[in-house]
Formats: sequence, C-alpha cells, structure tokens
Amino acid sequence: MKSRSKALVAGFAAFGIVASLAACTTPGASSGKTEIRVATFPAGADAAAYEAFAVQEAQFEEANPDIDVIGVEYEWEGPTFAVQLAGGSLPDVFTVPFTDAKTLLQNDQLMDVTAEAEALGYADKINPILLEAVQDDAGNIYGFPRQAYAMGLHYNRELFEAAGLDPDSPPTTWEEVREDAKAISDATGKAGYMQMTMNNTGGWQLTAATVAHGGRTQVDNGDGTYTSTINNPGTVAALEFLKTARWEDNSLGSNFLLDWGTINQEFAAGNIGMYTTGSDIYTALVRDFSLDPSVYGITVVPTDGEDPGTLGGGDIAVMSPAIDAATKAASVKWIDFYYMQRLFNEDAAKLDAKTLADSDQAVGTPLLPILDDETEQQRLSWIEEYVNVPRDQMTGFFDGIGAQTPVGEPKAQTQAIYALLDAVVQAVLTDQNADIDALLTKADEDAQALIDGN
Amino acid sequence: MTITEKAPALLESEREQRVLTPRARQRRSPLTWFRGGGLSNLIFLAPMLIVFGVFSWSPIIQSFIMSLQKTNLITSQWVGLDNFANVLADPLLGTAVLNTLYFAGLALVFGFPLPLLLAVLMSEVKRGKGVYSALAYLPVIIPPVVAVLLWKFFYDASPTGVFNTIIGWVGIPPQPWIQSAVSAMPSLVLEATWAAAGGSIIIYLAALLSVPPELYDAAEVDGASIWRKIWHVTLPQLRGVLFIMLILQVIATAQVFLEPFLFTGGGPNNSTVTVLVLIYRYAFQNSLGGNYGEATALSVMLAIVLAVLSFAYFKLTERWSSN
Repeated sequence: MKSRSKALVAGFAAFGIVASLAACTTPGASSGKTEIRVATFPAGADAAAYEAFAVQEAQFEEANPDIDVIGVEYEWEGPTFAVQLAGGSLPDVFTVPFTDAKTLLQNDQLMDVTAEAEALGYADKINPILLEAVQDDAGNIYGFPRQAYAMGLHYNRELFEAAGLDPDSPPTTWEEVREDAKAISDATGKAGYMQMTMNNTGGWQLTAATVAHGGRTQVDNGDGTYTSTINNPGTVAALEFLKTARWEDNSLGSNFLLDWGTINQEFAAGNIGMYTTGSDIYTALVRDFSLDPSVYGITVVPTDGEDPGTLGGGDIAVMSPAIDAATKAASVKWIDFYYMQRLFNEDAAKLDAKTLADSDQAVGTPLLPILDDETEQQRLSWIEEYVNVPRDQMTGFFDGIGAQTPVGEPKAQTQAIYALLDAVVQAVLTDQNADIDALLTKADEDAQALIDGN
Repeated sequence: MTITEKAPALLESEREQRVLTPRARQRRSPLTWFRGGGLSNLIFLAPMLIVFGVFSWSPIIQSFIMSLQKTNLITSQWVGLDNFANVLADPLLGTAVLNTLYFAGLALVFGFPLPLLLAVLMSEVKRGKGVYSALAYLPVIIPPVVAVLLWKFFYDASPTGVFNTIIGWVGIPPQPWIQSAVSAMPSLVLEATWAAAGGSIIIYLAALLSVPPELYDAAEVDGASIWRKIWHVTLPQLRGVLFIMLILQVIATAQVFLEPFLFTGGGPNNSTVTVLVLIYRYAFQNSLGGNYGEATALSVMLAIVLAVLSFAYFKLTERWSSN
C-alpha cells in the first residue's frame, strides 16, 4: 500500500512536470488575425523609441485590421544571428546587412519576394547597385534594401572646443585628423581618435580606412573567385597612421579593445574625440547610448591615395523562408509601410517623420539614397519641418559625401577576414615593435586560404 | 575494536543467508520487479533521467555526431574526420593551446596554494571565523559577468584607473593590464583567482575540521612549530581533498572561457585566445552559419584530453590518496 501510494505521488509529480513543460510550448489563444512578429530595436533602446513604434503599429493595424503586429527586440549581431536563424527564433520580419544577404539567399534562408517587389514597383525604383545585393543569378529578389550609409568621421564638438579647435572646421585630411587627435589628447587627457578593434569590427574599420587611403583588401575576379589583397599600400597607410598616433603622439587613449557597442558608449560618454563608423549612427548614439546631440558632429572620412572611396553598407528588410503565405503577405505589407513607403510617398514620409519627431526620435540622419538622389532630396524637402537632428553640425558630411565614391564591402569570407584583421589592428595598437608588413603578409595568406577553402 | 571484529562476521552471515534463501535464487520476472517496487523506483527516477537525457546526455551524443558532419544546423552531410583535420591544421590552435596551458599554469601556481593557505590561517583564528569565511566567500556570490565588468574598471589602463591609481601611490607607473599582450593573461588569472578562491577556502575549511585534534596535540607535545604542524599533520590529512581540488582546477582552467571572452575577446593580438574561445569563434564568429562541425570536433578533442588526463591523474595518485 505504501509503495502504491508512493507510485501514485510519483506519477502525479511526473505528470505535473510533463504538463508544465508542455504548457511552455502551448501557443497563445488565436485572435483570428494574422500575427506577424517584426523586429523593433536592440534591447536597451529608450522608452520613446517604443512609444513611436507603438504609434506606428497602431497606424498600421488600423489600416490593416486583419493583421496583428507583435514587436520583437532585435539587433543583428554576428555571433548570435546564425544561431537565431538556425534555431528559428528570428522574427518573421528582420534586417540583415548587405554583406550577409547574398550568402543567405544562396543558402535558401531568405524568402523570395520577387513578385511582391515588382507589384509594389520597387524592382524599378531601387538603386540597381543596392538591389543587386538581394538578387540571385536569375534576378529574383529576396529582400528590400531599406537603408544605406557611407562611412563618416564622427567627432565630439565639446572636446574640439576644449582643445581650442573649431568644431565647425573638422579635419579634412588624415594629417589633420592626427594633429587634432593629439591636440584633444594633450588638452583633455581623452582619446583624440580611436578605431574599433574587436569582434570583427576591427577588420571592418581597417577595411574602411584602407578604402579611404585608396586601397582594397579583396579583388573580385569576376569568375566567382576572389583574390586577397590585404597587403596593399592603402592598408599599410591606415596602419601606419594608427601606429604613429599611438606610439608617437599617444593620442589614442588607453583602451584598445573596443567594438561597435563599446566605442559608441565611450564616444557618447565623451571619452573619444573622433572615430569612424556608419553615417547613420546618430540615431543609435542618441537613442541607445544617451549622447547629448549638441556635442555631436560628423564629417566625411578624409581620403587620399589613388582611387579612394568611402566604404558603404546598409541593411535589408527580409523575411524568413519558413513563414506561411498569409504571414508573408502581411509581412510584405508591414515592410512596405514601416520601411519603404516613407522613402518616396509624401504622405507616408510626413506621417513617419511626424510620428518619430513626436516621440523625440531622430529625423533626418545622414544616409545614402536607397532610390535615386533626386527622390532622396524630394523626401528631405517633405520632412524638412520635422527634421530634429542638428544638421548644421553635419555640414561637413553633407557637403563632402557627394564627391566620394561608395565602395562595397569585400564579398568573400567577409566576417572571417574581418576577424583576422582584428588581430592585426590590435597588434599595431598594443605592440610598439609590431611589423606591419609581416602582419599583413600573414593575414593575406590566411585570408586567401579562407577564400580558397570556401 | 570489538565493533570492527563483529561487522565482517555479520556481513558474512548475511551473505550466506542470501545465497541460501529460495527468494534470492528465484528468477526475476516483470511481476517480481513490479512487486519489488521497480515501477515506483522508475517513476521516481524518471524526472532525473528525462532531464539528464534531454539536457545533458543527448547534447553530448549529438556533439560527437556533429563533429563528423558539416552542418548549418538545418542540413548536414557526413565528412568523416575532416573537421578534426581542419582544426589540427589551424595555425591558431597552437596559440590557443599554449595560452590555455599558460592560464592553467599561472592559475595553478597562484590560484591553488592561496586558498589553502588562507583556509589554514583562518582555521587558526579563534574569534570572528564566520566573518572571515563570509568575506572570503563574498566574491563567489557575485555573478561572474558582474565581477568581470567590475574588474574591467579596476583594469582601466589610464593613469586614473583604480589599480593604476593604487600602484601610483607607491611610485609605480601606470600599467596596461588587459591592454597588452604581455600582461593580459596574468591579469585574467588574478581576477579568476579572486573569483574562485572563496569556494575552495570553504571546502578546505570543512576538510580541516575533519583533522583529528589529537594529532595536533601530539605534535605540540613533541614541540612542533606551526609550520611543522601544517607540513606533517594538516597537509597529509588533506591529501585526498587536495588531489580532488587539483584535478578539478585543472579541468576548470582547461575550459576557461568567461574571463578571456568578456575581458579581451581573445586579444590583444590573440594573446588570450584559449581553446574554448577558439571553439566559440568557430561556432559563432561568422554570422552566416558558424563552423559547428569544427567547433564540436575541437570540443570532443578537449573532452578526450581531459578524460585521459583525469584517468592518468587518478591512477598515478591512487596509492598516495589511499595511504
């Protein structure tokens, strides 16, 4: 009897465990609407961003009463994206950088949206160079390029003033960057200039600096093969600049292990005078890193050497290939509403800008045109009354970007090669005797091995 | 003495009884298994079996399988031992192994004797032992990520950093700490020792309580100093615990990940890339689908090395720890 009651208790206990586990996977009650899970902001975004999103969500649901939009915190991050993708935990609608789109679509990991893009008229409107990033060899379209940026030199006006520099005359050559960095460092004890060095971003920014110095780290042979050209004069010049600023001027501060998040944090905290990253960073700096807009300044990255340019990038709104037809249709409507219409439809552009401005979100950040320059200028004129970013502190960028040639990121083994270059940048910044030529020769061999093994 | 003499006799008689009883000779059938409480045993065991099976054994088996595959976690193909060959051909593997050995060596030299020394000293304290134990254990209750972020402030390489300010008081110039390939690894070991010492101290303190006080009394009668008492009484009595703690530390340091990952990301210039950081990089460095096959292949190799090491260690120390 005793043993039976024990068994009974154990049975109930086991049932309880199984039932509670099962409950974890029970889907919520269906509202009868098509539910779509869409990417919103990185975790930690300020409350106003969510307020603006909630308003836009309500606007969309009012126009589409049969669709229920569920916002999901999301940020594209190299290390976690692959796992989220494989594990099926990505939202239905999310964004990926240009560099990832080709491989994802080749691996059948993106939804084909050719018919929808054509029906909405985007196939003809989007800049063909950007559209090409989301097309397969047959010309099918797998996403909507929604934002493009060029590299910018971001600077802290307050530190410029503290160093006796004119914040309205930011540096226009690398030599001036060096001089200003030293002036800031000497006057304030802060890092005058710094670059990202970790988690693949060191390689990304070294590639950007290489392009600015007229070099290229990889050559597309046009036949599906690529040649690594990491040991080129542009990369050497970029590293020599860092070496001089670090070991002769001591103007780079004392923290040489920074990635995208931490360098933004340091810049927003007023610990870095200048750094390079995408021109669209203003929104994140203010929204996620609490930057005081009055101290912000941006200009173009100085260029020199033969055939210099500005490393461009951007992201694409895409959908998981696993979603059903109804979710796909609803997701396309959302992408059209949330990302695309505001680019060329006056009413949508104004509504979007007003909603964002009402919630104190950035309107008018420096971007590259997704469609054509004329449409972009028209869009800016529509939203002029809502522009709340300090555009007069961005004139260096607006005045100079037109003269710079956008250059795409390397296509083969991009992230893995960026990781290789992280170590090169770190070596130059932490070892006074680092041999730049030897480091680049080794990185070049390793990069070619990665490309060949692809 | 009488107790120890009687006990084997009782056991012997019990054994005889079992052999002779008809029940013991009976073949076990499902019915006897059920009547003997087999089902309730199984039901009680089931939650543990399910949890271990799903969350522990199944991933271990899947890792072995994955190490022989090229996979993006959606589609997989068998590649034999290619993953192992690729890992062994990776020039960074040698760096990672050496870095791991360096970390383990430093942790052994500084991290292993320190808790023992502190535990012995604390056991000698007559008053406020609880306060010292609590203080020693405090770092263990701080979440490891929080501890690392805290130490990042300490390691600030600017002249105004916490440690640099402190060493500045005695005229030592600012040090780069985690910002230099030379000092990064010792800096990680320092934090790791601080974080882990409390746990070891508590275990040693408990073990010290089991040392019979009459041994100390006898040593004192013989005129032994405190150091001779530690050397001739304490350490031999703690031998078993020391051997276990040593192998546990070796296994833990061979799998060091948190400190290099959070402090330096493996830098500067790969000077703190450990085997586990390399495994992480294989799996997650590339946003377009990591090299999970190679990551698991290196994990399997590490597990085999640690298993062989543990086995050899226990065989070598079997005689010492049992004496």
